[in-house]
Amino acid sequence: MRTDPGTRGFLIAAAVLLAAGPFLPKWLSYIATISLGYALVVAGVVLLMRAGLVSFGQGLYFCLGGYAVGAAGKYWNLGDAFVLLAAAVAVSVAVAALLGLLLARYREIFFAMFTMAFSMILYGLLSKSQALGSTDGFNVSHATFLGYAPVALQGWLYAAAVVLSMAVAIALQRYLRSGMGYAGDAIRENEIRVEYLGISVYRVVYLKYLVAAGLGGLGGGLAALASGHVGPDMAYWTTSGEFVFVALLGGTQHIAAAFAASFLFELIKTYAFELSPYTWQMMLGVVLLAIILFLPSGLWSLVARGREALR
Amino acid sequence: MFTLTAILVDGTIYASWLFIVAAGLTLVYGVMRILNLAHGSLYAVGAYTAASAITWYLSAGHAPAGSYLVLLAAALAAGTVTGLLIERGVLRLMYGRDEVVMILVTYAVLLILEDVIKLIWGVESYSAYQPYQLLGRLQFGPMTFANYDLALIAVAAAVAIAMWWTLNRTRRGKLLLVVIHDREMSAALGIDVTRVFVVTFLIGGVLGAAAGALTAPVVSVVPGIGVEVIVLAFAVVVIGGLGSVQGALVGSLIVGIARAAAVHLLPEVELFVIYGVMCLVLAVRPAGLFARPAARKI
Repeated sequence: MRTDPGTRGFLIAAAVLLAAGPFLPKWLSYIATISLGYALVVAGVVLLMRAGLVSFGQGLYFCLGGYAVGAAGKYWNLGDAFVLLAAAVAVSVAVAALLGLLLARYREIFFAMFTMAFSMILYGLLSKSQALGSTDGFNVSHATFLGYAPVALQGWLYAAAVVLSMAVAIALQRYLRSGMGYAGDAIRENEIRVEYLGISVYRVVYLKYLVAAGLGGLGGGLAALASGHVGPDMAYWTTSGEFVFVALLGGTQHIAAAFAASFLFELIKTYAFELSPYTWQMMLGVVLLAIILFLPSGLWSLVARGREALR
Repeated sequence: MFTLTAILVDGTIYASWLFIVAAGLTLVYGVMRILNLAHGSLYAVGAYTAASAITWYLSAGHAPAGSYLVLLAAALAAGTVTGLLIERGVLRLMYGRDEVVMILVTYAVLLILEDVIKLIWGVESYSAYQPYQLLGRLQFGPMTFANYDLALIAVAAAVAIAMWWTLNRTRRGKLLLVVIHDREMSAALGIDVTRVFVVTFLIGGVLGAAAGALTAPVVSVVPGIGVEVIVLAFAVVVIGGLGSVQGALVGSLIVGIARAAAVHLLPEVELFVIYGVMCLVLAVRPAGLFARPAARKI
């Protein structure tokens, strides 16, 4: 089997990130872990965006994943990171399997609004549920790794996040180059012609929604393990808005863009929030407008343009 | 019986407030095909402007009855200025883009305005309760209602009647309906669509700001109120059918009464009920109650 350049790139990235792990200062490895989790959610948003669908509600799965991890640790004493993450994905996909039946019928702003409504329902339920800490959320217990409970938890989480997310990234990049992946691009261009080709648009959209939900759950689970806390804010629509923002910032041509943009976003967020908490959102808004006006294909189009020039 | 009356009255009060917010949102969507997330910011700017204007007016020692005029003037000024800034400053550059892209554009505007509000008014809360107290309370059997809240119903009814009258009985309103119906054709027939856009956005902005201003005496005005209101207004507008004013009226009544019922009977599900109703309606009528079906284009 020939390794395509995308796969090779992700393998190299995984090796570099793992090798650099022990030397990273604590704050940086924390930001990296969080942004890897974020990037997985964003990758789901990108997947849908390539099919012309903007989900303003990926926070639903981000939150579900996080709460699944937290609740499984709290109520069933499950501690293994991989079991917890698997539970996060399973819960998200199960919910998406139900909601997707309805959502796959909608396009454009209706899809955007409907996904947002569902995540706001979860927000409403969680912020009123006393057992799950209502608006404050609750703390997530420390994870173990295959029976081993490390003292330096963060380093282990970082390594797990790198391995998992790079594996997912490779799988996604291959998926985008498959028939199903291209069907998404075709749906964005012209849905009815895709139907004429004998492909069920409903089924393609439904599947993509499931994959995006799974990614959202995994990302939320990782973020919950890394930050040690979950709260209903994870499902608030502004959180989902951030995922859409990061997806646009990176661009939808390559999965790697989601990872680069997430890291950039987390880094800037950490600093900007400290330096000027009152103008942070304004900066986001200005950047978003600038991207829509001048760089509609995102930052990755600069990379692509650079490659063209080198060739 | 007691609960039923309370639900109906509370629901109608809530619906009136929702209608004033949602009417502006749906009008702007109908004419411009822009689902304006920044409508929440207009609401917030209206609320802040009214709160500070009323406080300033009363502390200058003027007659308290004048505060209602101050409130309306504040709404008019806030809506016009902010609306003009948004339309001429940002949206003008973006016309002709995809509806989904326009959501993102207005999302960016919302983010910017959220911080502009914090820079102007700070993060402490404002309140202007005097107009609320001044009207007193009405004893109705075992229940009491604030007259201000009941007056809100009258204001909403006035807005609804004025909108219906303008749209159906005046020349300008009919031109607006024509643009809603088919933008390209009306441009081809010589209607100045750009001017219609500006005027519509200003009306929508003033309605948003007015809803905020009318709420200022009832709640304490804090950062983030605009973000909360926009998701509610969306639910209303989507239930009624995007772009339909009657739809917004029916939608706000449905949402208002559903929410009031939840608050009185089962407070845990308050937010859930609003979106639950929305999902139910959309599952049966995918484009909302009053929307016309769109033709599929190949």
